Amino acid sequence: MATPKFVGVETEYGIAVDGPTEVNPVLASSLLVGAYRDGGDRDVRWDHSDEHPLRDARGYEVPDAHEPVVDDELGLANTVLTNGARFYVDHAHPEYATPECSTARDLVVWDKAGERILEDAARRAAASLPPGSRVLVHKNNTDGKGAAYGTHENYLVPREVPFGRLTRQLLPFFVTRPIYTGAGRLGTELGGEVAFQLSQRADFFEVEVGLETTLKRPLMNTRDEPHADPDRYRRLHVINGDANLCEVATLLKVGTMLLLLDVIEDDALPALPELAEPVEAFHQVSHDLTGTRPLRLDDGTTATALEIQERYLDACRRYVKDRDSALDPGTADVLERWEAVLATAASDPRALAGQVDWATKLELLESYRERHGLAWDHDRLKMVDLQYHDVRRDKGLFHRLVERGRVERLVSEAEIVAAIDEPPPDTRAWFRGECIRRFRKQIVAAGWDSLIFDVGGEALQRVPMMEPGRGTRESVGPLLDSVGSAAELLEQLTS
Amino acid sequence: MSDGGQARESGGAKDREHEPEEQSATTGEETSREVLDDVDELLDEIDDVLEENAEEFVRGYVQKGGQ
Repeated sequence: MATPKFVGVETEYGIAVDGPTEVNPVLASSLLVGAYRDGGDRDVRWDHSDEHPLRDARGYEVPDAHEPVVDDELGLANTVLTNGARFYVDHAHPEYATPECSTARDLVVWDKAGERILEDAARRAAASLPPGSRVLVHKNNTDGKGAAYGTHENYLVPREVPFGRLTRQLLPFFVTRPIYTGAGRLGTELGGEVAFQLSQRADFFEVEVGLETTLKRPLMNTRDEPHADPDRYRRLHVINGDANLCEVATLLKVGTMLLLLDVIEDDALPALPELAEPVEAFHQVSHDLTGTRPLRLDDGTTATALEIQERYLDACRRYVKDRDSALDPGTADVLERWEAVLATAASDPRALAGQVDWATKLELLESYRERHGLAWDHDRLKMVDLQYHDVRRDKGLFHRLVERGRVERLVSEAEIVAAIDEPPPDTRAWFRGECIRRFRKQIVAAGWDSLIFDVGGEALQRVPMMEPGRGTRESVGPLLDSVGSAAELLEQLTS
Repeated sequence: MSDGGQARESGGAKDREHEPEEQSATTGEETSREVLDDVDELLDEIDDVLEENAEEFVRGYVQKGGQ
């Protein structure tokens, strides 16, 4: 029986400052993160003591990779929010990492809350720059000029699931999921004539498996840094996905993975053909809007992206039928939508507009191109592509489509607004977020798996949070409500 | 990449032009007219909100690589 899964998604946003003075992107990102304050309160620092980005899931530590150790050492903004999220500067981008969520739907809510946080922070940051300055933020993954930045999914998986099995069984899935996870883009990084492709990220991937995230990007990333009890868990760090604005796309991206990871953990995935050339196939899938291009398999036959996805869907359907006497509504919804999206992709891919980002954007681009008689590589068309991802609700083209009712919504406005400040109730994010809300002055640093308190004693006190499923509202809510101070809380926790 | 042509060929206006023709009933025509009006309004709005110096903005939009 598979263990409960948890998920969090990190998104590096694109940032541009327009105005009388030039502002470099690192400073701009820092201004932006710093500008987002809860009523002028002091920030809670990030605790790095448990981070090992160079530890490899294949069982060794890399002595020198290209992963720079940044942020706090350079004085870059790096903070933790009352909703349990981490909001900071990574490389030269503002990054929002959602709190840990237990369902795909919750992830949609807290990911959407992140867009609002970025929108708000950008407006505040602009006010700290010379008059006439604007800070523009895009939830995208490439500038179309050779730079890519990430949207990383993180899934908690039991350590005993062999990494080799995960790799073998996930690679064909990763390669073919841009049918619904792709955010779409004009052009290509690989030369040749590509008007439009499904994925923002696909062209930037060069190898099948590896530790790197910025160079020689691998389809399967091996970073082994669980942010939880390392004897029990690994964190599967998935770096090949796009940032999605469509709620249906985010739900499917995460929901299919949560389900498939259960299937893989229980070793219930039937043998599937392996791709002969996964990286090339990833590019091919992204460049084929129909999902019907044959991909070479290692047994000498071929299969299309749609056929491969159908096989995964069938396996997941069979698995839950055997496992669950009553299917929970969240899983049922993911399965139904997955099936529907594949059926639409097979009959009329463009009819996915309003559900998945690439098709929603392509419809916009085609209409706009037609009206103005523009070539596919015209700069105004590129502006439409870019502005689709603009987080401002009055200017971002995705948000204008939402306003017109042309995009399917899954979560309510009230849920999104609440999630800007409140953590998910059923993971350790609740304890993190609530402690910060209640005891901000006594918390000197927070991390995914710890909080560090200063309650005036001789030493700082570290509260470990090694189980992502512990620290929920249900389990620690009464305790938090019963104490009047951080010191009292620590006393209760250690007694 | 050689598959660019595929993306381009399958791109476009052609597919959508057929949609109104396929609907013959009066209600269908009304619906498609509404859809076209809606698209027109949407494109008007894009012209309104699109970055004023779109060409310049796009050319200047350069990001540092991230993860």
